[in-house]
Amino acid sequence: MAKKRAFDELWGDSGDRTPRPDFESVAAWLSDLSAAELLRRQQAAEAAFRSLGITFAVYGDEEAAERIIPFDIIPRVFSAREWANLSAGLEQRVRAINLFIDDVYGARKILADKVIPADIVLGNSQYCIPVAGARPPHGVYAHICGIDLVRTGPDDFFVLEDNARTPSGVSYMLENREAMLRLCPELFDALPVEPVDSYPELLRETLQSVSPGRGDACCVLLTPGHFNSAFYEHSFLADNMGIELVEGSDLEVDDDQVWMRTIHGRLKVDVIYRRIDDAFLDPLVFRPDSALGVPGLMAAYLAGNVTIVNAPGTGIADDKAIYSYMPEIVRYYTGEEPKLPNVETFRCREPGALQYTLDNLEQLVVKLVDGSGGYGMLVGPTASKQEIEDFRAALKAEPQRYIAQPTLALSTVPTFTDSGLAPRHVDFRPFVLTGSEGVTIVPGGLTRVALREGSLVVNSSQGGGTKDSFVLAAEDAVPSPGGAG
Amino acid sequence: MLSRTAAHLYWIGRYMERAEFATRLIEATIRLAALGDHEESEQAWRSALSVVGAAQSFRATGESFSPANVRRYLTLATENPGSVRSCLATARDNARAARTALTVECWEAINRAWLIIRDRTKPGGVQQSLNLMDSLKAEIRGFEGALNRMLRSEGAWFMQLGAAIERGDNTARLLDVKYYLLLPPGQEVGGALDRDQWSTLLQIVSAKTAYRHLYSGPLKPWRVAEFLIFRNEMPRSLAASAGETVDLLSDFANRFGRQGPADRLARKRLDRIAALRITHIVQEGLHEWLHAYIRDNAALDQAIARQFRFA
Repeated sequence: MAKKRAFDELWGDSGDRTPRPDFESVAAWLSDLSAAELLRRQQAAEAAFRSLGITFAVYGDEEAAERIIPFDIIPRVFSAREWANLSAGLEQRVRAINLFIDDVYGARKILADKVIPADIVLGNSQYCIPVAGARPPHGVYAHICGIDLVRTGPDDFFVLEDNARTPSGVSYMLENREAMLRLCPELFDALPVEPVDSYPELLRETLQSVSPGRGDACCVLLTPGHFNSAFYEHSFLADNMGIELVEGSDLEVDDDQVWMRTIHGRLKVDVIYRRIDDAFLDPLVFRPDSALGVPGLMAAYLAGNVTIVNAPGTGIADDKAIYSYMPEIVRYYTGEEPKLPNVETFRCREPGALQYTLDNLEQLVVKLVDGSGGYGMLVGPTASKQEIEDFRAALKAEPQRYIAQPTLALSTVPTFTDSGLAPRHVDFRPFVLTGSEGVTIVPGGLTRVALREGSLVVNSSQGGGTKDSFVLAAEDAVPSPGGAG
Repeated sequence: MLSRTAAHLYWIGRYMERAEFATRLIEATIRLAALGDHEESEQAWRSALSVVGAAQSFRATGESFSPANVRRYLTLATENPGSVRSCLATARDNARAARTALTVECWEAINRAWLIIRDRTKPGGVQQSLNLMDSLKAEIRGFEGALNRMLRSEGAWFMQLGAAIERGDNTARLLDVKYYLLLPPGQEVGGALDRDQWSTLLQIVSAKTAYRHLYSGPLKPWRVAEFLIFRNEMPRSLAASAGETVDLLSDFANRFGRQGPADRLARKRLDRIAALRITHIVQEGLHEWLHAYIRDNAALDQAIARQFRFA
């Protein structure tokens, strides 16, 4: 692995002298910029982000309580054709995810039909027993999905993770675009870039559409508070949607109805876009020690008086053990072949797969089925002997907690580094909205880039950065206001 | 608006005002200390500690008493909740929590003030201290400017209310210290030290020129007291702060059609001040009167918290 040069999204496999078709103007822009000018703009971007307070906190890292995520000003660009294929695949996948969740908390047909083993769903720590049988308005559970995609070739995209709980990062999509418009305005003259700024409005419409009542719904964004690593994003979104940013202590439940405390008295709440995990939602049902949630919230939800976005229990769809069955799940509910394939996945709960994993640890990426953020993960090719042996022991002890995947040659995008422009590996997280009227996807997303040479780990908590993601409008097409499917 | 957000905004107003007051206090004390001999310089810093109620907590640190140590304690000490650094940290924490209710300009001014002082561990020499105070004051003025240009919304309103309550408290404490901790027995009233003290006091509330406009003749203690208590032209006077509080509260009540206990307390306080003359206060004892004022101000603060459900 990593012997062969990875696919570069600008230069293809050409080395670095012939840009891929559709990307000539990006290459021209890049070659026109002097190194000094690039550096100047890069620094201006950093200063702007810090002064706006766009920071994130890393858990357990006191020193860096507020860091800014490094931003690279060289954009990652998708052609209109690439985007059309991607968004069709995303729409199909998220449609299937919602049908799957609706099914496993309802009729459980997929289990009866033995498409996936029942114990992997019903015995899963992410299966939320208290919501079984409760159907949210319009049967939508995963209103917001941040599907992580990786790429290995011109048409080879793979889904790496279906983030169906509380995906974050969308504020970077919007702020990165703001920064690019300010710092590289000439790029937008040269390229027909689809705008992304309608996202907050579309999100608000999505929230409104799934309200349990009629008329103007009162929507709020529930945050764990300003010490949370994603608080900036919470406040940014609430602000841009024009809804209240609330903490658990701002809400109370009375007679199965949710209220928020304001300076003029209490106001009824219809839709809660929560950015806290299920476990903290309601101390009466989940973790009793949680001070972040609202006592009685689940009762109000089960009584149908409030919509929770995403619904409690969606974690079942982004469990990594379930993930390995996603191709079957897509086929089962849509009757279509999956347009976006999975990364090949070995379920270590199966003896054959475990043996293969143990025999090939040096080549594989091993992940906890319920891990996230790049923690609890082994990247075989770059791991030390000790790390590999530690994982071997952990795998043998609890194989059912792990999956393994081949190390992919993630695509690269030219990136500004200390030693000039160099290819760096990237992944991509588009944000897929599902409301009462179906799926909407803003043409863009969050591109994360592994800034260290050769590194494949793009997580912001592990030294990753971000880039703007351009989607080019189809030639002779008027850029759409956003939307697909 | 959420009650919690309103509370955050109110405390942003209070802490930004407190930070500004502290920077002026440090600045003026540096000047005053430079005018006197060693003993007078120490005296100046001792009184600065008393004004912000930090004399005891400074002693508790076990640090030796020296102008440089007090200067550091008032500017940077994280263990001193009233240091400029702590005030800005608290203001910024509240601003982070109420980010959506602030304009970008307001937030940026608070954040920039914080970034200026965040990484300082030593105040440096006297000149460096003065430079630091200058740059901080510029950002705090930027915040006030941004606040005044903000939409006349509940958000701006709560910050202004917090600032008005804090301003009254600061001025009262400053006057109190001047009269009862600063006048050394035996020192001739009206002597050189005294005059320097008085001009310093006016500097702290940035009113040296204003005083000259309103009063002719030499600086007189009772006139300064009258000036800082009664004159509405002087924005940091007790009457002006009390009046601003009443105006803000009734503006809010007019807009939303409801009044509460805080409105009544604030009006009563203003009426009491309006009925008084400086001679009454002198007879009654300025110290006692100022303490009563500080207590009333705290009671009003509590009434505001209850009325808008801050807790």
